[in-house]
Amino acid sequence: MSEAVNRGGAGRELISFRIGAQEFCVNIMEVREIRGWTPATPLPQAPPFVRGVINLRGAVLPIVDLGARLGLGAAEPSARHVIIVAQVQNQVVGLLVDAVSDILTVTDEEIQPTPDVASEMVRTFVRGLLAIDGRMVSFISLDRVLPDRELDHAA
Amino acid sequence: MDPMAEIKATFFQECEEQLAELESGLLAMEGGDTESETVNAVFRAVHSVKGGAGAFGLDDLVHFAHIFETTLDEVRSNRLAASNEVVKALLRSADVLADLVRAARDGGGVDQARCDACAAELSAFTGIEDAADGDDGMGEIDFQPMQMAPLDLDLDAAEAPPEAAAPEPAAWSLRFKPRPELYAKANETVLLLRELARLGEVEVELDASDLPLLPHLDPEGAYLSWNVSVRGDATEADLREVFEFVDADCELDVQAIGADGEPMELPNSELDIAALISMAQSASEAPAEAAANLDAPLVDPDPPEPGPGRAELAVVDIAPPEPAAADSAAAPPANAANARGEAKNAPPAAAAGATIRVDLDRVDRLIDLVGELVINQAMLAQRVNEAGLARASNVAGGLDELEQLTREIQDSVMAIRAQPVKSVFQRMPRLVRELANITGKQVRLITEGEGTEVDKTVIERLTDPLTHMLRNAIDHGLETPEKRLAAGKNPEGSVKLSAAHRSGRIVIEVADDGGGINRERVKQIAIDKGLIAAEAVLTDEEIDNLIFLPGFSTASAISDISGRGVGMDVVKRSIQDLGGRITITSRPGLGSTFSMSLPLTLAVLDGMVVTAGQQTLVAPLTSIIETLQPKRDDVHGLGGGARVISIRGSYVPLVDVGLSLGYRAEPLDSEQGVALLIEGEGGSRAVLLVDAIQGQRQVVIKSLEANYRRVPGIAAATILGDGRVALILDIDALVAASRTAEAPRLLQAG
Repeated sequence: MSEAVNRGGAGRELISFRIGAQEFCVNIMEVREIRGWTPATPLPQAPPFVRGVINLRGAVLPIVDLGARLGLGAAEPSARHVIIVAQVQNQVVGLLVDAVSDILTVTDEEIQPTPDVASEMVRTFVRGLLAIDGRMVSFISLDRVLPDRELDHAA
Repeated sequence: MDPMAEIKATFFQECEEQLAELESGLLAMEGGDTESETVNAVFRAVHSVKGGAGAFGLDDLVHFAHIFETTLDEVRSNRLAASNEVVKALLRSADVLADLVRAARDGGGVDQARCDACAAELSAFTGIEDAADGDDGMGEIDFQPMQMAPLDLDLDAAEAPPEAAAPEPAAWSLRFKPRPELYAKANETVLLLRELARLGEVEVELDASDLPLLPHLDPEGAYLSWNVSVRGDATEADLREVFEFVDADCELDVQAIGADGEPMELPNSELDIAALISMAQSASEAPAEAAANLDAPLVDPDPPEPGPGRAELAVVDIAPPEPAAADSAAAPPANAANARGEAKNAPPAAAAGATIRVDLDRVDRLIDLVGELVINQAMLAQRVNEAGLARASNVAGGLDELEQLTREIQDSVMAIRAQPVKSVFQRMPRLVRELANITGKQVRLITEGEGTEVDKTVIERLTDPLTHMLRNAIDHGLETPEKRLAAGKNPEGSVKLSAAHRSGRIVIEVADDGGGINRERVKQIAIDKGLIAAEAVLTDEEIDNLIFLPGFSTASAISDISGRGVGMDVVKRSIQDLGGRITITSRPGLGSTFSMSLPLTLAVLDGMVVTAGQQTLVAPLTSIIETLQPKRDDVHGLGGGARVISIRGSYVPLVDVGLSLGYRAEPLDSEQGVALLIEGEGGSRAVLLVDAIQGQRQVVIKSLEANYRRVPGIAAATILGDGRVALILDIDALVAASRTAEAPRLLQAG
């Protein structure tokens, strides 16, 4: 019990998932649920990484192909793909990923700062790196995963 | 919120209702309604405001309300004729009263001069009447006898004049018998009696004779009555005022005790069922007593007692005259009693009119849930269908019933949000009065169809555009009285505000009988402002619609009224945001009519489900005029990919929905598809070409913006029976986009 409290106090829980050969993780507090892939209704004038919208118990949920968003190439969704339903600020968004792998409990010290690389994608999304059993897991932030709302005023 | 503030908030909320009631009553009177119930309703409204204001120590409000009420009382008791002039003053006073209420609620001052002027005007009415009636030389003016004068004249003309001039008696005898409802409404008799005690010296005697034996006692019944004698200079009206709020729930009999100290007997002419029942319950001679009570007015020869005695009508101010002689009037008393019973019972019934205040969020949550229920039900039906169950099976039958039920639930839930447009229309008369004053024009506002119901959100967002349109109609539409006279019209212009349901939408019209749109001038202004080319040839309709262009305002000097930097383009925009359309028809010299067509609710939509390039889309049914199968010969290319279709001789642009939304790469062969002839805003027509029509259905509108953002060409989303999301087309945007050169590239990628 005391150990759990200590862990809760000092560390944080992350959900890790796979896109292609890479592993990523997000803060578990941002994740609302995980569900299987259902075909999305494509939206006109959407960026390539927005797969469309699905029905989440009566709400219209936009689906972001996280691989495409991170510049890893678009997914070919199959029944094995999963959607991570996440709360980003006051919006709810579905993230299309290959598979969810683990729940990690880490302390802040274990999150290594992102090395200084030129990639725009890395600077936008990656908040840090984790070494888990010799694998590298990128800790990403979802704040900018959806296209800016302001864009539509320009469009 | 502390309890006091909460009570106060409720008071102000009720004030708004009372003020609305007041205004509609006065307007009815202005329209010639002389029903006593109308006058009473008006009086009650002011009185309630006054009562509440007194409780909160809002002295200004109380003071004005009192003057107002006094004048109304004169009208109510027929001592002041509700002439046009009087009603107009009363309406102005209602505005002042409303200002005072708002000032008390929100802080801030009122136009004291206006307030005083109004108060003076009101006092003048009563004052004039006082002087006129004062001719009989009586120092103390009591109007009660005047009220009875016609009756007395009927009875015995010779007796009447002294009768009318009889002095106020020095003492009153009251019999007060509460009914169970009085207690049910949490009234306290002791407070009423204490209130009486403040009017003079009182003697109170409890009459417990109706009290049944314990086994027969209904714990919530009312068995006690009081006989009270009041000495002092209180008038009958003072006494009755004490019981103002309970008079529907009690028997109250006020009798003057003459100079000789003898009470002037008057049989209680009211049929009181509660009393009868309690008597019947009570004991032995019940039937006899009940009969006696029932028969009393019928058989007793003395009701309107001549001589020093004065017949006092019980409770209701304007009641049918009592019969002159009992033998000739066996039936009328009963009728009178009935009529009185109705008149008295109607208002509390209406006021109590079983309503509850519910937080809007709760209703919205319920609507959301029901929306999901509908979707779920459709999904279930589809699954059952897919499972291959026989149509005749029990499951299918049960599903049919479920569908019917969900539909009914949905309709009922939507009805909760529906409200009559009255709440918006009610704000308009005041606006019109003020505008008429400012512009010096004479305006009569006619409203029609106030009971037409529409979703609350629509109503809330209707006030601003409607206000602006009325301003526009009075400021720009109507001419000055002189001009109207010169044109051979009634100097009083009329503005008609009407609402009606028409084919699943609500149509609101603002029609004036002014000069109509000055098309020459409108066109010139549009040219001057660079909105159209100087050499443009426009139809009358097109010129009329110029006023909706952003940056157009015909008032050469910005007037205080319509020119607040808000043009008709803003009106049009707000109507469109509601999913509505606005059109204008104008006839020179005869006036203009603005017509708005709005959806009844913003939550559901009747749609046509279509397929375009593998995708299922929904087109709002209201925009669709007809569907047709295009023939190859009718479709013509115009170059640049643009196509037009000839429909009964006219060429209409063809919009390939799949192509313009990017659901297909190549244009659809027009012969392979189905065409929807649609009418966009301003009556412009276009044809949408889709692959196929799946059917019509009512869909629940889901916001795309909540979790994503606005999508060009798409108005919203919905969820179909198979659980998938379908997009609802924004037809106007689609057509508009197809007019611009880059139209077929709305979608960059699927």
